[in-house]
Amino acid sequence: MRLYAWIAAYAFRRYSTYRVAALSATLTNTVFGFLRAGVLIALWHARPSLGGYDVADAVTFSFLTQALIEPVRVFGGSLDLTERIRTGDVSIDLHRPADLQGWWLADDLGRAAFAVISRGAPPMIGGALVFSLRWPSPATWAAFAGAVLLAMLVSFGLRYLVSLAVFWLHDDRGIHAISLVTTMFLSGMIIPLVVFPGWLGTLAHALPWAALIQLPADVFLGKRTDLLTVYAFQTAWAAALFTAGRLLTMAARRRLVINGG
Amino acid sequence: MVAESVRMYVVLAGTWMRAAAQYPASMVMLVVTQAAVTSLDLAAILIIFVHTPRLGGFSLPEVMFLYGTAGVSFSVADILLGTAERLGEHIRQGTLDALLVRPVSPLLQIATEDFSPRRIGKLVPTGAVLVLSLPRLDVHWTPDRIALVPLMVAGGIWIFSALWVLSATWQFAVVDGKQATNSVTYGGGYLTQYPLSIFGRDALRALTWVLPLAFVNWEPALRVLDRPDPLGLPVFFHFASPLVAAVLSLLAALAWRTGLRRYRSTGS
Repeated sequence: MRLYAWIAAYAFRRYSTYRVAALSATLTNTVFGFLRAGVLIALWHARPSLGGYDVADAVTFSFLTQALIEPVRVFGGSLDLTERIRTGDVSIDLHRPADLQGWWLADDLGRAAFAVISRGAPPMIGGALVFSLRWPSPATWAAFAGAVLLAMLVSFGLRYLVSLAVFWLHDDRGIHAISLVTTMFLSGMIIPLVVFPGWLGTLAHALPWAALIQLPADVFLGKRTDLLTVYAFQTAWAAALFTAGRLLTMAARRRLVINGG
Repeated sequence: MVAESVRMYVVLAGTWMRAAAQYPASMVMLVVTQAAVTSLDLAAILIIFVHTPRLGGFSLPEVMFLYGTAGVSFSVADILLGTAERLGEHIRQGTLDALLVRPVSPLLQIATEDFSPRRIGKLVPTGAVLVLSLPRLDVHWTPDRIALVPLMVAGGIWIFSALWVLSATWQFAVVDGKQATNSVTYGGGYLTQYPLSIFGRDALRALTWVLPLAFVNWEPALRVLDRPDPLGLPVFFHFASPLVAAVLSLLAALAWRTGLRRYRSTGS
């Protein structure tokens, strides 16, 4: 366990080295918060209580999604592991006295922890300077923190699978683009899932991507107080994805031995 | 000089295309996925109009017209010059030095880098929406309106191209600053898809006088769609896109040259 704590701590330090990059990215996140808020304000002016949200909820949602982009990696993609698989360095990783999945989970959580500080706070502060956002009570903050942590696990579960796919695919750009589109659209990043019409909304709410943005945002806004259900949904998807990741790791390990040498 | 640059661009882009064509299956998949990525904003617009017949007073065909004109302008500029944003990467890795010793402009080399038909994927959905929106518009087509449509697309391409170069230049000063300028390029591409009036009068003023994205499609579209200008600007502004584009590209050229002249290699 101590080993994984170290891995996470080093990942945190590694990512905190690139402060200018983080600062410039968070600036763009904040600008996009304003742009998306502008569009949603226009929609909620036309339909004041659409999807159970009011204008303040919709505006807060816009900045919240921007704040969550990096902590839960809404742009999809994969881990640094992808590059190591392509170059073959992964064979070193597999010889380490640590579990491959656990190693990269710890690494990713370290990254996400730095992202919460560097990329999470600025869009919310920027939004609050101009709009009156909907701020939660201390208890809701705690509930939100739990939902974000689970969102990070689901996000890792998805991206670990995408990374491992490189064992079988020669070009990872296609699967990265697919991961980007599904994550952006089905997480509620492009437009909140609460306005998805009919069966599309039902489907999107049942898929793992809903656990990344829509559910944490609903907890933040106080729309979901049935925390047990929310957490259970997120945990179930995280568990399913981790299991799939474990099976795929085993398959990849066999494949690597066959092709490696 | 311009003709020579264009010829060089085509030669370099063609070389990269031939390289990309070696993997046809991968290429097709990348065109399709690229088109899907670009369609995300369209999906948002369609979902919005499930719930309301008008957004900020504009109907679905009108917003599709704005999406189409902005989208075509942005994607063509992105296809031509989008990879200019890799400048910071080249500076950091020292590969800009290699580009500088070759007898072709480094901007041309970076812009054509990795050129592949995949980039065309961005143009498919936006172009299709523009074509589909035109017959659905409730517009009395006079000669000036008909002429304005290709003019605004050309002006938009020109404006976005200048912005790509300007924002790449920023990386001469801040090597890690690429993502900050995304708010101008991608942000500009995003917001011009919508009627700019929904962002409020202050934003509209800023987008006219400071960062003139209003000239990509908003100002000419006001004339095409026969809308009053919320800022009450004179008619001349409807036709000012090429002028704005010319000024912007002059600034971009100046900034690029200054940046290149001041550039000191890291020596790595």
